[in-house]
Amino acid sequence: MNSRTPIATGSDWNFEILTDYEREIARLADEYRLDIYPNQIEIITSEQMMDAYASVGMPVGYHHWSFGKQFLSVEQAYRRGQMGLAYELVINSDPCIAYLMEENTLMMQVLVMAHACYGHNSFFKGNYLFRTWTDASAIVDYLVFARKYVSECEERHGVAAVEQLLDACHALQNYGVDRYKRPSPISAEEEARRQTEREEYLQSQVNMLWRTIPRSEALDTPLLDDYEDPLGLHQQGRYPEEPQENLLYFIEKNAPLLAPWQREIVRIVRKLAQYFYPQRQTQVMNEGWATFWHYTLMNRLFDEGLVDEGLILEFLQSHTAVVNQPGFDSPHYSGINPYALGFAMFSDIRRICEDPTDEDREWFPDIAGSNWLDTLHFAMRNFKDESFVQQFLSPKVIRDLKLFSLVDDDSEELLSIEAIHDERGYQRVREALSVQYALSVREPNIQVWKADIRGDRSLTLHHVQDRRRPLAKSVYPVMRHLHHLWGFPVKLASLEGDDIVRRYQWPLPDKGSER
Amino acid sequence: MSYFIDRRPNARHKSAVNRQRFLDRYRTHIKRSVEEAVNRRSITDMERGEKVSIPARDISEPVFQHGPGGERTIVSPGNREFVEGDRLRRPSGGGGGGAGEGGASDQGEGMDEFAFSLTREEFLEFVFDGLELPHLERKQLVDLEEVKPVRAGISKDGVPSRINIVRSMREAQARRIAMRAPIRRALREAIEALETEERKDPVLRNPSRVTELRAEIERLEKRLESVPFIDTYDLRYNHLVNQPQPSNKAVMFCIMDVSGSMTQSHKDIAKRFFLLLYLFLERNYEKVELVFVRHHTAAKEVDEEEFFYSRETGGTIVSSALTLVDEIITKRYPAAQWNLYVAQASDGDNWDDDSTTCRQLLVKSLMPRLQYYTYVEITPHAHQALWEEYESVQDDFPERFAMRQIVEAGDIYPVFRELFRRRTEA
Repeated sequence: MNSRTPIATGSDWNFEILTDYEREIARLADEYRLDIYPNQIEIITSEQMMDAYASVGMPVGYHHWSFGKQFLSVEQAYRRGQMGLAYELVINSDPCIAYLMEENTLMMQVLVMAHACYGHNSFFKGNYLFRTWTDASAIVDYLVFARKYVSECEERHGVAAVEQLLDACHALQNYGVDRYKRPSPISAEEEARRQTEREEYLQSQVNMLWRTIPRSEALDTPLLDDYEDPLGLHQQGRYPEEPQENLLYFIEKNAPLLAPWQREIVRIVRKLAQYFYPQRQTQVMNEGWATFWHYTLMNRLFDEGLVDEGLILEFLQSHTAVVNQPGFDSPHYSGINPYALGFAMFSDIRRICEDPTDEDREWFPDIAGSNWLDTLHFAMRNFKDESFVQQFLSPKVIRDLKLFSLVDDDSEELLSIEAIHDERGYQRVREALSVQYALSVREPNIQVWKADIRGDRSLTLHHVQDRRRPLAKSVYPVMRHLHHLWGFPVKLASLEGDDIVRRYQWPLPDKGSER
Repeated sequence: MSYFIDRRPNARHKSAVNRQRFLDRYRTHIKRSVEEAVNRRSITDMERGEKVSIPARDISEPVFQHGPGGERTIVSPGNREFVEGDRLRRPSGGGGGGAGEGGASDQGEGMDEFAFSLTREEFLEFVFDGLELPHLERKQLVDLEEVKPVRAGISKDGVPSRINIVRSMREAQARRIAMRAPIRRALREAIEALETEERKDPVLRNPSRVTELRAEIERLEKRLESVPFIDTYDLRYNHLVNQPQPSNKAVMFCIMDVSGSMTQSHKDIAKRFFLLLYLFLERNYEKVELVFVRHHTAAKEVDEEEFFYSRETGGTIVSSALTLVDEIITKRYPAAQWNLYVAQASDGDNWDDDSTTCRQLLVKSLMPRLQYYTYVEITPHAHQALWEEYESVQDDFPERFAMRQIVEAGDIYPVFRELFRRRTEA
């Protein structure tokens, strides 16, 4: 502490200073075994940051009005000063692209490097979801391919036609993922080469499916009553045989009327949805991990005298703001802050390892007193938000954040407090919070149930209700989009247990005569 | 394993295409907002962008979501007084709303309005969308007054700032080669001669010849050195010539009646109309000049301030203004070089038999030279003689003469749009 020779003082920066700090951070990160993709750190202006922001973090994207809408709202908020621009934006790619804004102070640049280039970057490289679902080395190539393909389609088929198709795909993009199958990554050239083959092959498959010659095997429940179908022409079993959760995939392969280029665009949206799929499930972990490391690394820089008091104070002020968690009754409350929760949890894991209490020994017999760095890496690699909370949310964090769980049942007049941060409640709060992060609970469970390939070609979806929660009104516009893609009537049934409680249909029935 | 890239010099406005797509998609919404803004705004206020709001439900991107109802468990931070088993009322707002709710779904109801800003350019784009200046012509000039400098090769004279370095250096090199070649040749010969002389047997050597050759070599080497590296006549300059340009300038005459019967609110309306027209012309011509002519019984050319804000009283003789405009055009704005527009605002009053004079002036002298003449009558009352005379002018020049009545400020923009509506007669 006595020999303090900071690399730079004040808030101005230049490339040499940044390079020096980057080298020091890299050295420290190496001590902590942070395994990263090479960093590509780009200095950009605030305007370029807004551009980057509007394209939801894709360095190249196809054109669509919704990105323009995004841009306008970011711009508006920024101009009004409602929102500081995110001072970090990092892309899961190899090399890992991170943006630094030129307006940032030196402290901010160092902080962003520690947070994004070492925190997020090592998370992208290490976490199992990202390893399974995304291919960092291929994504930029694929985006280039997608952009080129979409703009070619716009030239050939008109902007309006492409836009409508993309609107429809976007409405369903959260249902464009196979949760249980690992996708195979391919590069852009490969993609372009295969694309033509696929076009022809796919169309032939679809034609096979919709052929009118009946198959021989007859089984399963009759689709029509015997007196309506005396020859049993419709008794061919349900198609698809198993319900399909990947709606976009099902459409890409089975929609009767889509042209080959339209199938390709459905596929592009599906692939991109898949790329973002891990991010939606690891927000708390990802931000918590990055925040934990920027905090640790900045403090190390200070301990070694590489930054001065002014910078570390500025940093602490900014860090405190980032991990602030207003209470549920505060006017500033907008849900649980993933930075706050994640940071608290990772910090607490370290504490449990280094300085366990009796409570910790009881709750975490496996990790209490173990090597903290090993444990932290283990947690980062093998969990997503849902299981991370389930596994690692400690009574201390529950107490610190004063978490409580509340049941809102529309059949009861009053809300009831189910559990609070006390001995009896820890386990239940932890479980409830874990469920709250489960994607399968956050989003309605909707699957393809039946495509009536022998009848009116209608498509039926099933929505399995979770604790009697119905669908929001947006179901109708989404069904309309689905109808655009499918080309024939689309039906949706909400199920509670085995009973159908509600039916939706598009186009809307004329006189209510149809079910 | 890290490297920095400075992207700041890269292109901005990467989102420009997406932004434009968005504006195109919600054209009708935006147009409505813009129209409201035009009528609401103060006169001097057209020069900036505009905040536009669109109902959020119109532009939402729908996805499958949970609606209110059913049973849900919500974990929230910041518990103070609750204990397990407490029962409490739903926060007002009913259903699923309320402050305690946020944590459960991160996609609440959101804003009711989607608000964003148009830039000035985009704003004016919408203001003048679908409008067109009639008879927009680029006047061809006989006497080439309007010129634009264009590159026209290389010349030997010019100002230092236009030196073409590459060409100059090439000239210099060529000159050096040309000037040195004969000297080099002579030098080589002299050196060879000297060597042959020196190889000879000392007895046969001619000492005076050797000294002579040595002197010659020395002289030639000096000459070689003295060839200048660059000389004034090596210099070459980029040559610019003035090319005549078709005229792309317009002049707009604002004529306003300032007699006692015109109140300040009449003038405000007139000013807004003039301003719209000015902005519109400005978008179509590189240069627009303004001439303000006000009149009561006599007409006078004034500056903008005086035009709009000083008051006069007395009767009205419209022809005085028309005569003055006619004179100004003849003197300063020859029709061959300028696109001429006249906008007149009045409450319709005129001296009894002056209206006929106006018509004659217009038909005989003014109209043949003008691009377009617009007349707005700001009055809630019945028309008088001037309107009727003007109607007959309109019959003579249906393409170039337009007149409308404005009763209140709200009429300005609709009237303006009507006057300049794009005509699609094939």
